[in-house]
Amino acid sequence: MGTPLGGGGTDNTMNQPATTRPLTIGVLALQGAYEAHAQALTTLGATARLVRLPADLAGLDGLIMPGGESTTMLKFLERLDFFDTLQDFVSATPTFGTCAGAILLARNVEHPAQKSLGVLDITVERNAYGRQIDSTILTAPTSLPGGPLEMVFIRAPRITRTGSHVEILATRDGFPVLVREGHLLAATFHPELSADTRIHQLFIDIIRQQSSPSL
Amino acid sequence: MADNTSNGNLSTFNTSSLRLKLGLAEMLKGGVIMDVMNVEQARIAEEAGAISVMALERVPAMIRAEGGVARMANPKLIKEIMASVTIPVMAKARIGHFAEAQVLQQLGVDFIDESEVLTPADEVYHIDKHAFATPFVCGARNLGEALRRIAEGAALIRTKGEPGTGDVVHAVQHMRQIVREIKALTVLCDEELYNAAKVHGAPYELVRMVAKAGKLPVPNFSAGGIATPADAALMMQLGAETVFVGSGIFMKERATPLDVENNPKEREEAVSRARAIVIATTHFNNPKIVAEASEAVTGTMKGLAAAAIEERDLMQTRGW
Repeated sequence: MGTPLGGGGTDNTMNQPATTRPLTIGVLALQGAYEAHAQALTTLGATARLVRLPADLAGLDGLIMPGGESTTMLKFLERLDFFDTLQDFVSATPTFGTCAGAILLARNVEHPAQKSLGVLDITVERNAYGRQIDSTILTAPTSLPGGPLEMVFIRAPRITRTGSHVEILATRDGFPVLVREGHLLAATFHPELSADTRIHQLFIDIIRQQSSPSL
Repeated sequence: MADNTSNGNLSTFNTSSLRLKLGLAEMLKGGVIMDVMNVEQARIAEEAGAISVMALERVPAMIRAEGGVARMANPKLIKEIMASVTIPVMAKARIGHFAEAQVLQQLGVDFIDESEVLTPADEVYHIDKHAFATPFVCGARNLGEALRRIAEGAALIRTKGEPGTGDVVHAVQHMRQIVREIKALTVLCDEELYNAAKVHGAPYELVRMVAKAGKLPVPNFSAGGIATPADAALMMQLGAETVFVGSGIFMKERATPLDVENNPKEREEAVSRARAIVIATTHFNNPKIVAEASEAVTGTMKGLAAAAIEERDLMQTRGW
């Protein structure tokens, strides 16, 4: 894969392939559940770096865009050329978006229409299941090994369309809730609020796969 | 948060109801929650990057100046505000007034604030917040008060400060006190923890959880007197995970709001204050950005020194 923004040369580990060395994964920390994601990454042996400015993306092996309010995050992305820098980054580097983060990755956003990075070929409807009173925890089978998965939905969006290259890994009432397209992963639920680490592990596996020359 | 909910000893910390409430509180971290009194203010808040709005009829500065009994806002106003923005909407119920809280839950507000800003309805009991599916936020001045509210089911604590003043001194005092009391618990041994529970007037299981984790089992936000970008940065550095801003954005004089509906210049002033506080909250540990945000602000709430308020006029002493 290489690191598109460069790793700064002083850190020797940056020259090793990402298949073996410890990973440094960014968590977009403009607002939202960034601490919970950082904690999940640390538990799995990765180093988490909070990303608040475009320069913080330099040298990262991957990025998590957490849940929170997508409108708030967009306000920050519209300053300091952050939007364009982030768009370049997520086009080439493994990125995992949960809830608001999935909304930011999507090609199209509805209810209401909203600007997005447009890199993941899905259409997302915001607040599709209602307000907080309609938030829920479900446990359901997915295509991941290891049995049923707990999924925490908080004022969740709904994926209403997926492109032909998008792989659907889990569904709720027939709608996708966990999808993957190449180096991009998106969930409309919150794996950082469950003790089960399989989704974060999947993202780490995607980073390792993407950096492996044989794949 | 996941470790708190999965390893907690208190049985109520494993219920899916409380986990969903804590989940929304988690999503609200690192942002600004703004008091709004009409649809236009709510739109300004959302445009500026607020993560949530608190719908109310009068901000604390006006309640303080006008007096009378302050109650839950009219449901019509709350519904209008809910229809005008996509971010979560909060609303206030009086302390102990569970029927107001039932109405707010019925309306579908995303968070209920059982608030000392309104005139208390019960001088002994707070609302049993476990009885609601809607999450609650409550104010606290010290650790014992915070843990009593959490025991009653609050999913979010905000330090009280002194509302409606634009004077941050009590917000600082309450945050420092809670952080200091938490630190002190972490070095106690088991037999000392039983006594600490008695001293703080809080359930032993919660005291033990705090001693083990070194933090509250729910997010801890800050409120009451935050009026400038630097105030927000100060509270975040002292340990707040998000800030509430009330009168600081939309007030001109002590009891007169900016006319954001008819006066473009005053609307722009409100927008500049709201945007600057949002930026300073996210970049709280970057003084260069806080300086730039502060520079962009036109005008600041005049404010009222908290030290000049008579003891009986304080709002923070409401709640038990």
